[in-house]
Amino acid sequence: MADWIDACAADDIDEEDVIRFDHGGRTFAIYRSPEDAYYCTDGLCTHEQVHLADGLVMDHVIECPKHNGQFDYRTGEAKRAPVCVNLATYPVRVEGGRVMVQV
Amino acid sequence: MTHRDYSLLGPDARRAVESGLAAAEWYHTDIPRKEMKALMQRADQPAIRDTVILYGCMIAFAGIGIALWPSWWSVPFWLAYGVLYGSASDSRWHECGHGTAFRTPWMNTVVYHIASFMIIRNPVTWRWSHARHHTDTIIVGRDPEIAVMRPPALLRLGLAFFGILDTWNGLGRMLLNASGRLHPEEATYIPESEASKVVLVARVWVAIYAATLTLALAMQSILPLMVIGLPRMCGAWHHVMTGLLQHGGLADNVIDHRLNSRTVYMNPISRFIYWNMNYHIEHHMFPMVPYHRLPDLHARIKDDLPAPSPSIAAAYAEMIPVLIRQLRNEDVFLTRALPEGARPYRADLHALPAE
Repeated sequence: MADWIDACAADDIDEEDVIRFDHGGRTFAIYRSPEDAYYCTDGLCTHEQVHLADGLVMDHVIECPKHNGQFDYRTGEAKRAPVCVNLATYPVRVEGGRVMVQV
Repeated sequence: MTHRDYSLLGPDARRAVESGLAAAEWYHTDIPRKEMKALMQRADQPAIRDTVILYGCMIAFAGIGIALWPSWWSVPFWLAYGVLYGSASDSRWHECGHGTAFRTPWMNTVVYHIASFMIIRNPVTWRWSHARHHTDTIIVGRDPEIAVMRPPALLRLGLAFFGILDTWNGLGRMLLNASGRLHPEEATYIPESEASKVVLVARVWVAIYAATLTLALAMQSILPLMVIGLPRMCGAWHHVMTGLLQHGGLADNVIDHRLNSRTVYMNPISRFIYWNMNYHIEHHMFPMVPYHRLPDLHARIKDDLPAPSPSIAAAYAEMIPVLIRQLRNEDVFLTRALPEGARPYRADLHALPAE
């Protein structure tokens, strides 16, 4: 079972936005949805190695900044070409104002 | 002098991968996240307005053209219709392909498919082609959308203003795809899972063109082809005129869009037809920014970019002498000075410009 890692403060992420989180030589993206829920996915687009944290969050979709491919960040599902491969997602919980991710 | 091989299957393609030019990390002007997020925001209203104007004008011009047919008085209306069909469709294909024109996805999809049909670019194939163009912009052997190669084929570029080769190649590729096959170069950037979609679209298009031709034969008139097909040629000139300026005469095999792309100030009509793609450095550096925010992006980062060409004529005056020199020496290209205070050109993976 992977460890729970303290990634950031809950208010480090604006509503309907994303930030980058690097840990253990890997990179992740942590999202805050319009409903104030938090999610975590792999940080790089599955199409080409581009950081999703530089992209745009619209509702429950993250759009890659390079080629406009889209994923549902809640499930990791690839939603729009040129992305075809789903993103890995990771469990998230918020404790005492901190965002914890299990990666 | 270096000889360039633009084939996606040739030695330059292999060299680009080996040298790290392929799928490299490109230069970006620094913009704080909050500002960037505001610039990337999507909206339906500007594109709905522009689309109503575009399709409204097309229906009006074609309707008047049909009403006046076969009088010579119909010619100006067919020419106007042709520019919207054969050139505005290029920019609509482009922006809706990025998915940035409208906020609502199905609106992007509908306009993308209509525009793809008019410009005769398979919407599946060209989505992948354009993704590669953004990954490897003007990287020889990697970018399938290099319009001005070295040495420049001036006759070919001249014919492009009449859409002759593009139409011929587009229809040829449509027939190839409709037969159930992809071109070997297409197979380098289209995933296998998408191939059936390429074929399906090509077959639908063949059916539409067959119906148009049948109607023309039945009417003993080219009038149906004046509405569908021929405007792709007679109206191509504007998208070629603006499109050649995007990268023509500038650097290749670099990883800084300020070196290989050109921003040109244009008149409002050309900007409507071109959907603001005259801000081309800005578009390549930040493809997430929708066309209607590109003027704002330009204002935000222009101090980090070479000065824009002040007009289409000025841009051609700058580009044409370079193309002529490239006939004798492929290595010649234009380098524009950066304003004081701009970050220097990124010179990784290539030598800094000699000129």
